[in-house]
Amino acid sequence: MRVMIGKIGDWFDQRLKLAAPVREIAEHRIPRNTASWWYVFGSGALTVFILQIVTGVLLALVYVPSGAEAWSSLQALNHAVTLGWFIRAMHGWGSNFMVAIVLIHMVQVFLFGAYKFPRELTWILGIFLLLMTLGMAFSGQVLRFDQDAYWGLGIGASIASRVPALGPAIVKLMLGGPIIAGATLSRFFTLHVFVIPGLLIGFVCLHLLMVVTLGINEWPMPGRIVKRATYVSEYHELTKKDGEPFVPYGVWKDMFFAAFIILAVAACALYFGPFGPTGRPDPTIIQTVPKPDYFFLWLYALLSLLPPSLETPALLIGPVVVIAGLLLLPFLSGEGEKSWKRRPIAVLTVMLIAITLGTFTHLAGFTPWSPHMNAWSGDAVPDQFIHGTTALERQGALVFQVKQCRNCHSLGESGGQRGPALDSVAVRLTQDQLIRQVIQGGGNMPAYGKNLSPAETTALVAFLETLHPKGQAPARDASRDLALGDEKPVGQP
Amino acid sequence: MSTKPVLVPSSDTTMSRRGFFTKLGILFNALAAALVAVPIVGFLSSVVTRGRANGYLSWVQLGKVADFPEGETRLATFRNPYVMPTDGATADTACWVRHIAGEQFQVFAINCAHLGCPVRWFQQSGLFMCPCHGGAYYQDGSRASGPPERGLFEYPYKIENGLITIQAGELPTPGAAIAALTGEKPPCAS
Repeated sequence: MRVMIGKIGDWFDQRLKLAAPVREIAEHRIPRNTASWWYVFGSGALTVFILQIVTGVLLALVYVPSGAEAWSSLQALNHAVTLGWFIRAMHGWGSNFMVAIVLIHMVQVFLFGAYKFPRELTWILGIFLLLMTLGMAFSGQVLRFDQDAYWGLGIGASIASRVPALGPAIVKLMLGGPIIAGATLSRFFTLHVFVIPGLLIGFVCLHLLMVVTLGINEWPMPGRIVKRATYVSEYHELTKKDGEPFVPYGVWKDMFFAAFIILAVAACALYFGPFGPTGRPDPTIIQTVPKPDYFFLWLYALLSLLPPSLETPALLIGPVVVIAGLLLLPFLSGEGEKSWKRRPIAVLTVMLIAITLGTFTHLAGFTPWSPHMNAWSGDAVPDQFIHGTTALERQGALVFQVKQCRNCHSLGESGGQRGPALDSVAVRLTQDQLIRQVIQGGGNMPAYGKNLSPAETTALVAFLETLHPKGQAPARDASRDLALGDEKPVGQP
Repeated sequence: MSTKPVLVPSSDTTMSRRGFFTKLGILFNALAAALVAVPIVGFLSSVVTRGRANGYLSWVQLGKVADFPEGETRLATFRNPYVMPTDGATADTACWVRHIAGEQFQVFAINCAHLGCPVRWFQQSGLFMCPCHGGAYYQDGSRASGPPERGLFEYPYKIENGLITIQAGELPTPGAAIAALTGEKPPCAS
């Protein structure tokens, strides 16, 4: 039997001539201390990528890239096709894992100084791989042709339209027509299934080839400085003196991690199930709160929090600056220290970016900047704010609800968070200030002057004046007392 | 027996027969690529060039004037005039119709002027609110608060035989042609 297999193997190798180069790659020497768990993320990303290809091909057996039928074909996958839901869930969770692992891999490479000479091009290809991974994530979200996908495309089109002069043309090229419709889906299907994966496969091969030919980055030691003149010979010396063949010395950790990642994706898929689809992509259904997928939530938050005047420049210039910075990094610091222990700015940069993205993502989880569309009719005014109030003040509470103030202002921790909570507004604003604020708006609040009758304004302000903690007096205009002197207000004995 | 090929000494001024044909081959391929590129570019850019001649915009009926009571703002829907067979429900579009008085209307795009999310009308407070990033507009479509830099997009309209008709067909975006139609030029377009 063995002889037989050997003979068949020889027959193929005589023609393919692959055995020698494969053996050479497998047995290329790596520095001993790089056989570390820190070095598994690259192969982990490759593992998820292969998993995405397999599950993607399986989904394509049923999925129909048509504006009219995509959503129904996803429903069929979820409910009618045996285990269709599981394959969808694997693909969806696989994409989350892929973005996460690619980012972790990038951070590790950055902190270990692996982008320095002679691995500049490996890093640059890695940046393109990151961008393509994000491109896959966005286009994949579009293929889940639901309400989120539809309005997400609208957001993409609105951003693209802001490019000076070329904006409208770019929008039409992106949408494949004048509106978001069947042609748009076909376009993103082409990108997601043919164009980007094709490029990804090519770039991954080049990236891997360079890792093998240049050698894996050695474990960074504080004080071991990279110099263009001496690095290559030092590295060869290291792998000769303190090196081992990649197979089996380093590969087993990669294999363990690969299996772990596949199981983790499967476990998430089993436990959490597939992503959506949410509502049918019918733009006449406007009762929807569109939200992007997890990895773009930070952008969603940023778009809400940037000052309006900064938004277009930030959207158009920001990505160019970030990508240019990443591409230039190996040229700006191609030599020197590799160890994170001697690169405090690098560590702080990573921490700053991680905290920023984390905070934005967290904020996007509960969108404090969006009005709660149903708070005015859904969230009752809590008892304690009504108890012991006069008829006028109660009328004011009614105006407060009916005029949808609640959509942006919370009372007793329920209601919108677009504007400040009003539980103790009377302590902050005097009666005059309240009237002015309600009628004229300002500070990001619309003016309600045209929509409130004088009687409604009076009642509303009377209610707002009751909103102060017990034992804490409402704000009053001290100058008024001074101006009016000893005169008692009209109507009082 | 084999005869050795005669080596032509090459210099800067002379060119071998094979070298010449290789260069000619490259030139021939470049020519073929350029010729084939013409229809390819034409195919890809057709979505843009068609729109430039206002090919996407047409007049669409929204319904009877009587369906939109005076002083109220109501949701109307229409089928996009430019439809492909695979569009399904995505070619249906919603818009807000504000009947001011008589034949005076305002027809607003459903898309927020910030990033295109669907705005909702709140009769009681007289505001349009956006669920995405918190944009708000007054009943006349002007900006009230939030990230939008301008008011809601408006469709040009006309009243004919008791029917309200709007000129539509393109997704309204901050830089799109439809904004130019309403007289409000986007900040960056010329």
